[in-house]
Amino acid sequence: MAELMLKSARFRAEREGDWRKLDALLTRAEKVGAAGLKRDDLLEIPLLYRQALSSLSVARSISLDQSLTDYLESLCTRGYFFVYGQRSRWGERVARFFVRDWPAAVQALWRETAVSFLLTVASVVTAYILVRRDADWFYSFVDPELANGRDPMATTASLRDTLYSQPDVVQGLSGLSAFLFTHNAQIALFAFALGFALCLPTAALMVLNGGMMGAFIALFAMRGLAYESTGWLFVHGSTEVFAIILAGAAGFSIGWAVTFPGERSRVDAAAEAGRRAATVMAGVVVMLFVAGLLEGFARQLVTVDLARYAIGAALLTGWLGYFYWPRRRAP
Amino acid sequence: MSVQDLARRRASAPRRAAEPDKGWREFVTPEGVDLRLKVGAYTERFVALLLDFLILFGSMAVFSLVVFGVYAATKAAWLNEALGVLWLLVTFVGRNFYFFLFEARPGGATPGKRAMGLRVIAADGGPLTSDAVFARNAMREVEVFLPLAFLFSQGEGVDAALIGLGAIWSGVFVIFPLFNRDRRRLGDLAAGTMVVKAPRKLLQVDLADTERSASRGVVFAPAQLDAYGIKELHVLEDVIRVGDRKAMAEVAARIRTKIGWDGPADIADRTFLNAYYAGLRGRLESQMLFGRRRKDKFDKG
Repeated sequence: MAELMLKSARFRAEREGDWRKLDALLTRAEKVGAAGLKRDDLLEIPLLYRQALSSLSVARSISLDQSLTDYLESLCTRGYFFVYGQRSRWGERVARFFVRDWPAAVQALWRETAVSFLLTVASVVTAYILVRRDADWFYSFVDPELANGRDPMATTASLRDTLYSQPDVVQGLSGLSAFLFTHNAQIALFAFALGFALCLPTAALMVLNGGMMGAFIALFAMRGLAYESTGWLFVHGSTEVFAIILAGAAGFSIGWAVTFPGERSRVDAAAEAGRRAATVMAGVVVMLFVAGLLEGFARQLVTVDLARYAIGAALLTGWLGYFYWPRRRAP
Repeated sequence: MSVQDLARRRASAPRRAAEPDKGWREFVTPEGVDLRLKVGAYTERFVALLLDFLILFGSMAVFSLVVFGVYAATKAAWLNEALGVLWLLVTFVGRNFYFFLFEARPGGATPGKRAMGLRVIAADGGPLTSDAVFARNAMREVEVFLPLAFLFSQGEGVDAALIGLGAIWSGVFVIFPLFNRDRRRLGDLAAGTMVVKAPRKLLQVDLADTERSASRGVVFAPAQLDAYGIKELHVLEDVIRVGDRKAMAEVAARIRTKIGWDGPADIADRTFLNAYYAGLRGRLESQMLFGRRRKDKFDKG
């Protein structure tokens, strides 16, 4: 019956085998990943994909079989995402992130980081001065729940105790670490996401955070505990506050790109800034995890002021070196 | 604007006018073929989100129950603490990385999205990178969780007013996808991604080929085949593939009247429709080879 066959049916009969082969390979690749395919299969997919694409073009111009063009469109789309999609393994991606992507993204945000840092410093200083003048200001900066009894009403002795309270057993510390980490990371992610609303909410969060720190230091300083309390903060604070400053910087970069996109279109600017900021943020979560461990364990177990300062300073140097040490540009 | 831009604009202008905006997007591969992707519909995406939340919070609830059960059963202090840590970390990872971990895989879709035939793609057609997936999902913080927080918070007087204002403000983020062409939400914008339909389709039999022998002998005059165009052919294809008896009888009767069928009257509807489909497609396809695409029955050329 060959002479009675439609041209489009003959066209399909000739190529159907290849389509089915590509379909089967893609199904396997989608299920087990590219790693589960043989070398020959991997080499064959792009060829079969291009063949399917050309079939699609032909089918669109000669065939009126709707289900056929639909099938080819779906097959080609799947092929496209496999051939041009992300295929690197998790291990490679994670290594690349720590070796190159994260520090590069942090470096690129140096301006926003500086702004975020200055904002924090300014609010720390302001809160400090205000609370030193009038202790009642303390309550405007610090949430009573977070203060946990450490307010101007507390005695100097009890304040000193909070700095050096050594737990009887090591119990409870990992719980504290985990709580601090999840709590802080959630806030950092929030600060980042809020950046989209033209930077302002992020700035507000940074000011609140800095103000709280300043108020605490002022409270302890009034009782002659400035050196000790700063050491207590510094153990984990050098990591945690750095992370929060970076989160603020990430938020700012998005807000800035949306507000002042420059020569690019607003959508392109937002996407570029968003991806870079996301890289920074993924790292911020890691930093906050470290900070949570320090806050939960190191701060409670190490009660010598000098050791606290040393740990904090070592970490700060470490982070600064890791982020800003000049390195070769990515190829 | 360069000459190429002008030429491209001119070339694409008539097509855009002819094809009304129904969520189809041009998506040209490096090989120069337009894959014509369909942007995910609001309802599909909403259902996908609900499914994902059901899965996520359902498994979190089950996990919490198990943790609580173990806690109630043992009462050992060290174990309780370990459980607490485990619970905190798992819920944190679940809330913040559920979407990320699924969408960063080659499939680019969470279970909910896959169920609805959706996937995430980079809007520029490039590979979907992990940082983009992270960005689009970190934005959920202000798109989903912030409005929810406002929704569930209560207050009186000034507080109530502030909460109301906050709810309106965060509501802007929620309805953002309603106001752009590609139905992108805030996270999509910050990541340069979009959500498209990418269902898996099966290759179905060729109606003009398989049942041809059954309908052999039923022939139509060229004038009878000229009654319809491509649009009607596609409707006919759908009717035959769905295979609903009543619909087929109705359509067959209509075609018989329209073309003034005077052949044998005892042909089964399915056979008749198949024969007509094959005949019509052959005629329209051969016209197409000569450069004429007959859009529908009103298109007299």
